[in-house]
Amino acid sequence: MGLITAQNIYKDYQVGEVSLRALNDLNFEIEPASFLSFVGPSGSGKTTLLNLIGCLDTPTDGTLTVAGTDVVSLDRKQRAAFRGRHMGFIFQDFNLIPVLTVYENIEYPLIMVQNVPPEERRRRVLSLLESVEMTEQKDKYPDQISGGQKQRVAVARALVTEPELVLADEPTANLDSKTAYMIIELMKEMQRKSGTTFIFSTHDQKIVGAAEIIYTLEDGMIVDRKDTGGNAHV
Amino acid sequence: MYNLLKIAIRNLLRYRRRTLLTASLIMIGVVFVLVFMAVTGSVKSLLIGQITDSMLGHLQIHKKGYVASIDNLPLTITLTPKAVQKIDKTIKEIPEIEAYSTRIKFGGLFSNFVETTNIRLNGVVPEMELKTVPLLPTRIIKGEKTLKKGDILIPELLASGMKVKVGDTVVVIATNKDGSVNGKQFMVSGILESVTGPGGRDGYIHIEDAVEVLRMEQMEISEIVLRLKDFGTLQDVYESLMGALSQEKNEAGKPVFEVHTWEKLSPFYNIARMIDIMTLFIKIMLIAMVLVSIMNVMIMAVYERMREIGTISAIGTMPGKILSMFVLEGLSLGIFGALIGDAIGCIIIYILNISHITFNFGRQTGLLLAPYIGVADILMVSVTVIVVSVAASLQPAFKASKMEPIEALRHV
Repeated sequence: MGLITAQNIYKDYQVGEVSLRALNDLNFEIEPASFLSFVGPSGSGKTTLLNLIGCLDTPTDGTLTVAGTDVVSLDRKQRAAFRGRHMGFIFQDFNLIPVLTVYENIEYPLIMVQNVPPEERRRRVLSLLESVEMTEQKDKYPDQISGGQKQRVAVARALVTEPELVLADEPTANLDSKTAYMIIELMKEMQRKSGTTFIFSTHDQKIVGAAEIIYTLEDGMIVDRKDTGGNAHV
Repeated sequence: MYNLLKIAIRNLLRYRRRTLLTASLIMIGVVFVLVFMAVTGSVKSLLIGQITDSMLGHLQIHKKGYVASIDNLPLTITLTPKAVQKIDKTIKEIPEIEAYSTRIKFGGLFSNFVETTNIRLNGVVPEMELKTVPLLPTRIIKGEKTLKKGDILIPELLASGMKVKVGDTVVVIATNKDGSVNGKQFMVSGILESVTGPGGRDGYIHIEDAVEVLRMEQMEISEIVLRLKDFGTLQDVYESLMGALSQEKNEAGKPVFEVHTWEKLSPFYNIARMIDIMTLFIKIMLIAMVLVSIMNVMIMAVYERMREIGTISAIGTMPGKILSMFVLEGLSLGIFGALIGDAIGCIIIYILNISHITFNFGRQTGLLLAPYIGVADILMVSVTVIVVSVAASLQPAFKASKMEPIEALRHV
């Protein structure tokens, strides 16, 4: 059984009196330790799909199983706990907590979500800081570092809880091309080290080639699946 | 908890100006309430002190029914020597009572041999009276500060109206309990100023003179006035006295004695009550001030930090922790405002004390204002502010904790 199994997933949004279908009968299975990308133009349903996989939203219809759990049946609190246990998130706008230092931002999920003992926290945070090459900036606040550095911190924060799955919605959208490639490379490297499944969405054709599996979405439907082995140009 | 508090405090420091403004508002409220309580408390206790220490005493014991007829100063509702003995025994068993004085109160005619007017007289044992109402000598504006047998202290109004001076001889005529009339000559030894204003008509004579004027076969006491060591024990002593004396019943099975605190005997109690009500309203204003300012700042905080709420919620922070985070912000703001307010309030009260501000009350002039605020009052005001701060944060905090992460993350 895959890490993620989606069967006949539909997602409709109500805009006024009009119902809009964002996802239309999606069926897919994602294996553990994948480095996978959903690509497609704006409005194709990438973010909606990531939100469903990330238990931030629920499908209108269909079955979605993540890490062996039927996430559709979870209530709000159970979804929060599930996310804290199994998932890490990387956001387009980095979404670091401005009042916490780089170190504290990475440490945050270990304290607030997983209640990890201090020594273990320290070990994990320092190790990740080194991996993302942010050790020297550990005492800086988010407004004192660059966008690329912020996203490195976000990657470290997503991995610090040792999740099975990291979801990144347009993680390079606010970065210049060079930094974007570096972030994707970093994600890939971290995926290799940790064995965590990385799923990211993008509409940037230049970075999508880094993904081992590429799902192409159009109008809420999967129109293509490519298994590139991750060897396409980055 | 430490980490939640750290985040809460850093978030407050993030909007320094807003935090300072809100904390200042709370601080001003706390200062105002503390200073108001200290000043009004000082005025109130000073005025109560003037009334109780120079005339009324802290508590009074009468025969049942006396206070209801007090305007007539009845000689038929009095305490016999046996009853006084019983009360004396009870009083001595209550260590909080510092002193007591027995009084024979009666109405009579006052004559300077040319004119006659009415007078209310208190026959007292001077030593007992001075221990019980120690400010009495301060009311003697002319003449001797003591009272001997054959002397009379007369109110200022009477002295000026009847053109009587210290050293003059006057006659007091009174109707006895059995209806016969008797008179006695006195020498004016002093002129008394009234406590509350020019209307006072109470004079003082020695208790043995009162017995003689009223031709009493045995000393029958109208009232026993008590002074406590600590005014704060008033209610406890009242209850002790009531408990002990209410067991004394007459043949009809009704209580023989009645006990009253000064509050039940002086119209000034209503003014004291008004001061208390004003203080209560000031406290309500403080609560409203804290409630509105904290709620306003927390609603703004939630609105401005919606994406952050979305982020922490997305990465798995439980709603309870998000709620705690915002409540702790309100709590910290309340504690900060209250502590600074307490400190500034105490400094202002200290400055008022060393400034030696005086005021007048009735005929009393130059009364020294000595504002004082107790630790219990400071704690009560601070705890109120802190509790209200938490209550004011609850609604915005609850909203933040209930927010769907996807909605919050979409917020621009």
